[in-house]
Amino acid sequence: MSDLVQKLAHTFGALAELGQEISESNNLEVTARTSLHMVLGSVAIMRGAIALYDGRNCVLSILAGRGVGSENIDPIICEDGSTASLGLGGIRLICTQEAMNTSGFPAAVSKLLNLVGAENMIPLVVRGNLLGLLFLGEKASGEPFSTDDREILCAMARHIAVGLQEHNNREELESRAREIQSLYEGMRAIYKDTVRAFAVAIDCKDKYTQGHSERVGRYSEIIARELGWPEEEVEGMAVAGYLHDIGKLVVDRDIINAPYRIDAKQSSELNRHPGAGFEILSPIRHPYADIPLMARHHHERLDGRGYPDGLTGEQIPLGVRIVTLADSFDAMTTDRPYRRRRTLEEVIADLRKNTGSQFSVEVVIALCRALFNEGLHAIERKLSWLQGPSAKTRVVVGDGTQVIAANVNIVFTEHDNTIARGCVFSDLLRQSPRQWMRRCVRIRSQQSKI
Amino acid sequence: MSDADLSPVRSRNLGELAVVYAGDYLNKLSGERIERECRKQLESGCRALVINFKETELVNSIGVSILLGVIDAAGNVGAKLVFSDVNNHTVQLFEMLGLTRHVAFAADEAEALSSLRCATSRRA
Repeated sequence: MSDLVQKLAHTFGALAELGQEISESNNLEVTARTSLHMVLGSVAIMRGAIALYDGRNCVLSILAGRGVGSENIDPIICEDGSTASLGLGGIRLICTQEAMNTSGFPAAVSKLLNLVGAENMIPLVVRGNLLGLLFLGEKASGEPFSTDDREILCAMARHIAVGLQEHNNREELESRAREIQSLYEGMRAIYKDTVRAFAVAIDCKDKYTQGHSERVGRYSEIIARELGWPEEEVEGMAVAGYLHDIGKLVVDRDIINAPYRIDAKQSSELNRHPGAGFEILSPIRHPYADIPLMARHHHERLDGRGYPDGLTGEQIPLGVRIVTLADSFDAMTTDRPYRRRRTLEEVIADLRKNTGSQFSVEVVIALCRALFNEGLHAIERKLSWLQGPSAKTRVVVGDGTQVIAANVNIVFTEHDNTIARGCVFSDLLRQSPRQWMRRCVRIRSQQSKI
Repeated sequence: MSDADLSPVRSRNLGELAVVYAGDYLNKLSGERIERECRKQLESGCRALVINFKETELVNSIGVSILLGVIDAAGNVGAKLVFSDVNNHTVQLFEMLGLTRHVAFAADEAEALSSLRCATSRRA
């Protein structure tokens, strides 16, 4: 192979590899280091560096260096703003000694050149914008740069400049994406606060069910999460729970607060609230799907005996079925003017009786599983301060507030707490939620006999 | 980076002499480890280095840049540098790029060590 052919093969190989590196890599530092190797190795230059010019903050900083002590060079602030003017001349090889003697040469670049000690430099420019500087020492051969050398070095500098531009574009895009994400999160927070405020307003109208909407929101969220829904949709279910009764805002307060079982006419008036809720919520662009529909259909039943549309089975979306159960569960476990809250046995009996006709099986199982898990946590908390060989405790299924207002009494009859903990947990963990529920009820009934 | 890229650079220290095996690293960024190994040998007092190119098929622009780094490091401490077992194609490339001004060449590792030992004993 002749010298010329071999030289061409080597330099074009370097150019091709540089293009590949620039287009494939996402790591600026690695790309800069690799690019510098390729530039220096293409014509065998002993020393060199790539500096990044941050036009926004007017700072020049070394990205990669070879043989110039770059690790000890701090970023330089370009105080006079003239550095950017180097971009106006485009990409060309500049003899630094000559350039530094010309008037108006940027002081910051002179300072950096003195630190790097490079004899040549190429401004890295895209469309007249200075993005960086490529500093180059002398060739290993000691010969001056030939015209071919200059051309190949400028071609490589163009590649690097495009790489820097792409990096800047990506950074800007990421920064804007972060900004938009932050705005979006802010708007979502405002939306959630507004929804909560609505929930409070709805519940204020009904003195007997204060906190109902908030609890239905929580239960809906818990069930959806238990069903393995994505977090975004779980949030949507919480919102659906908060707003499911918004239609009650148009129902007469006396009917809502009647301290007795309401008559048929009043009942018909009250039954308007799902449709009214749908009307109120429909014009709003919610960040979650089907919020108005969940308000409209939360009194539908699988057997078609619900209202307002008498939907059946699969016609009722899963989200609606979740809100329906959450709503009923809260109604069962809180005091109403015409009846006291039900016991856990009664709640479970009611769930059993109505699963398949009113409530969806998978949703009931998810609620039971959530109760089971809450129960385990509550037991664990309680066990941590249990004393004595035979302990009797009352465990609130929930987080100790009124999250799930069902009480479970469990009697521990093991020899000591450690054994009790082990036995109770291993025993419970072997059981399905339904079995566990039955066991809780059995234990409670045994306890009441003690 | 493949497992091969993570394997240590092979070298052997013979007191003031050291041999570093270039392997097939001199066409990618992981070849910087060759330079680091050479610098390590120089810092530990080695004053003559042999770089063995027996398993090196290709030296590209990255490899040339890395070798220039080794030449620079050796020059800074006055150490001798010999490239051994370099194939013809690579020798031509080094000649064309002017690397031959800075390093000696030997047909194989034994010849490189022998020439360096002679030089060392003459100096003594």
